[in-house]
Amino acid sequence: MQSIVEFKNIFKSYPGVKANQDVSFNIKEQSIHAILGENGAGKSTLVKILYGHLKPDSGEILINSNLAVINSPSTAKNLGINMVFQHFSLFESLTVAENLILGMNENISLTKLKDKSKTICDKYGFNLNLNSPISSLSVGQRQSVEIVRSLLNNPKILIMDEPTSVLTPDEISKLFKIIKNLVKDGLTVIFISHKLEEIINLSDYVTIMRNGKVVSTISTQNEDPETLGYKMLGYKVSKAKHESNINFSQEIFNIKNLSTKSKDPFTINLNKIDLNLKKGQIFGIAGVAGNGQKELMEILLNENDYEFSGDIFFKDLNINNLSTFQRKSLSISYVTEERLGHSAVPEMSLSENIFLSMNHKSEFKKGDFINFEKINSYASNVIKKFNVDTPSYNVKAGKLSGGNLQKFIIGREIMSNPELLILSQPTWGIDAGSEAFIKKTIVELSQKGVSIIIISHDLDELLEVCHQISVLYEGSLSNPLNVEDINITKLGKYMGGLFD
Amino acid sequence: MSIELIIGILNIVLISTTPLVFAGIGELVTEKSGVLNLGLEGLMLVGAVTGFITLVLTGNYFYSLFLSIISGVILSGIFAFLVLNLMTNQIATGLALTIFGIGLSAMLGKKFAGTPIDGLNPYYFIVISFLLVFSVGYFLSKTKSGLIVRAVGENHNSAYALGYNVIKTRYLTIIFGGVMSSLAGYYISICYAPMWQEGMTAGRGWIALALVVFATWKPWRLLVGAYIFGGVAIMQMNLQAIGVKLPGQFFNMMPYIATLIVLVFISSNKVRLKLSAPSCLNIPYEKNS
Repeated sequence: MQSIVEFKNIFKSYPGVKANQDVSFNIKEQSIHAILGENGAGKSTLVKILYGHLKPDSGEILINSNLAVINSPSTAKNLGINMVFQHFSLFESLTVAENLILGMNENISLTKLKDKSKTICDKYGFNLNLNSPISSLSVGQRQSVEIVRSLLNNPKILIMDEPTSVLTPDEISKLFKIIKNLVKDGLTVIFISHKLEEIINLSDYVTIMRNGKVVSTISTQNEDPETLGYKMLGYKVSKAKHESNINFSQEIFNIKNLSTKSKDPFTINLNKIDLNLKKGQIFGIAGVAGNGQKELMEILLNENDYEFSGDIFFKDLNINNLSTFQRKSLSISYVTEERLGHSAVPEMSLSENIFLSMNHKSEFKKGDFINFEKINSYASNVIKKFNVDTPSYNVKAGKLSGGNLQKFIIGREIMSNPELLILSQPTWGIDAGSEAFIKKTIVELSQKGVSIIIISHDLDELLEVCHQISVLYEGSLSNPLNVEDINITKLGKYMGGLFD
Repeated sequence: MSIELIIGILNIVLISTTPLVFAGIGELVTEKSGVLNLGLEGLMLVGAVTGFITLVLTGNYFYSLFLSIISGVILSGIFAFLVLNLMTNQIATGLALTIFGIGLSAMLGKKFAGTPIDGLNPYYFIVISFLLVFSVGYFLSKTKSGLIVRAVGENHNSAYALGYNVIKTRYLTIIFGGVMSSLAGYYISICYAPMWQEGMTAGRGWIALALVVFATWKPWRLLVGAYIFGGVAIMQMNLQAIGVKLPGQFFNMMPYIATLIVLVFISSNKVRLKLSAPSCLNIPYEKNS
């Protein structure tokens, strides 16, 4: 088989970051070629260059051995390159049909579009309703729309940027079948992922990237996850371990029969949620994004004026009507999903961000003035204890890398000695080193008697650190499962809504 | 009230409302693509004075119409360059355009104020304004180009990722809006008045802006809204003629109050806001490099 894409000495830097350094490798025609690397390794930058979304500083791309100058996505599409984005490029208020038409190179009538998309859907097993607006679709369905839209252009090369990060295990195996069929029919698939098992299961070849450079390009045939992981990171990561089979006794946090009723079709209504958390327990809430995680977190924080029925108890105190700060004063701490803009203000310094989260504590104030001495020493303690890589506490939060900022934010909350810590997506989009550190910190914290709730889409993470896991599906929470008794098949079924 | 009086009033409403339809439908297309142009009043005034001066100097209606349109192309082109290429704040730039247009038109038109001309028959323009609303409605909802305009206003990053040229699309919609505003101004100074007087658009540019929101970005509602707003303004004169003692200011503020009510109505509900307003309205677009 000959090479369909050849990267030759691609360089791309941003201020302070060398995203791609001398990247060269070939992709064989009609193969599944994975690009593996941590967050920030330069995978996305590279494929965005191939798709014409970014311009390289220097270097060449050859398509079918011909030099290709790809200045924009439209040039890429004319060359037969299409891309399925990690954060979808769909138009929420438009219908599926309108979104499909927008993705097509040629002008076609609605009836012709219906025929064409039906052929593709039937052949590969997609199920689309052309008239529904995107806003009413689940994440998995949205991805189907994106893939069908790309296929309508009869592409030669399909780039998929972390396509599995939003899918249930069932949906993932379905997607893999589809990809394999597509390749049989002549397509070349470039598949980006940081999940080792997936790459070994699916792809023929893998290019491993680290810090913007290619480590190696190998056939996946004889690889196993451990060696591949070592090649990706350059070091070994030890897993966070907690003692199993502890008998937790003291109840600390309870949700009883919590339901919401919102008429807004863009939010998920929570449905009779019961949750029971004991002292020192780590409780995971799994589920595919968009199943009510955001709404549940908002109710736990009391950020939005939701109308809800049911009760929330913290140490036998009903906290239904307490504000976020009142809840924090009771020693409940929160780490929200969005690091920048929610957990931290990007334009403000680290110490100022400490104050914003801790201003319910009188020790940080002198009358109505800010006690900077106290805040600065608190900030430098967090930086020291939680290995935050930053020159000082005066650095703006937005300047820190995702992993460092997350360590800082989690450190900030832990240092306030919470009895209950609620985390949403604690390791999302950060480097493996920080991820391992945060997981270890969480486990250690629980051993000191702190109760922890983790809301996450990342099953591996939950299975690694939690004692119990429940699955959130369309606003309903499953019965809790002990981690020791869980198998992936069962969890997959739960994530598809098959519980009760 | 006699039949003649009612027909007379309807006739006046028809004649006086047309500039709102022109400026409003232009701004609607601009906003659908995600750009807010607050410079309508300035564009209208410059369009009005350019057309008027050309007509006085050449006596040729075609030249005057042509130059009036060109003034709209140039001014809105400058606006587009500022907000799209230099990424200036759309609100500040639009306001500056209005202030500039007021000043420029006053300066250019000083010698020509009060010069008598033969006006054009407004009915041509009235017919065109109706056709325009229907074609814009058809364009936006039925054609692929219209879909692209909506897509760019809905999510410019996705539109770019799919291979569409966001900047070019917005240049075209801004210039379309600019030309429509010039036509509105031309209509005022050549058909409606017909004469030139400093500041003669009398706030119609602002009403047209309010109208787009009032219509929740839908062309046919814009037409209805324009006639409601225009009707209220005419009613004021007639009611005063009959002797109803309501201050004129009360009627002048009606369009704005109505728009405020609509604004409160749509923004009281996140869903309605999401479904009616273009999501990228007034958000600067930065191209990846």
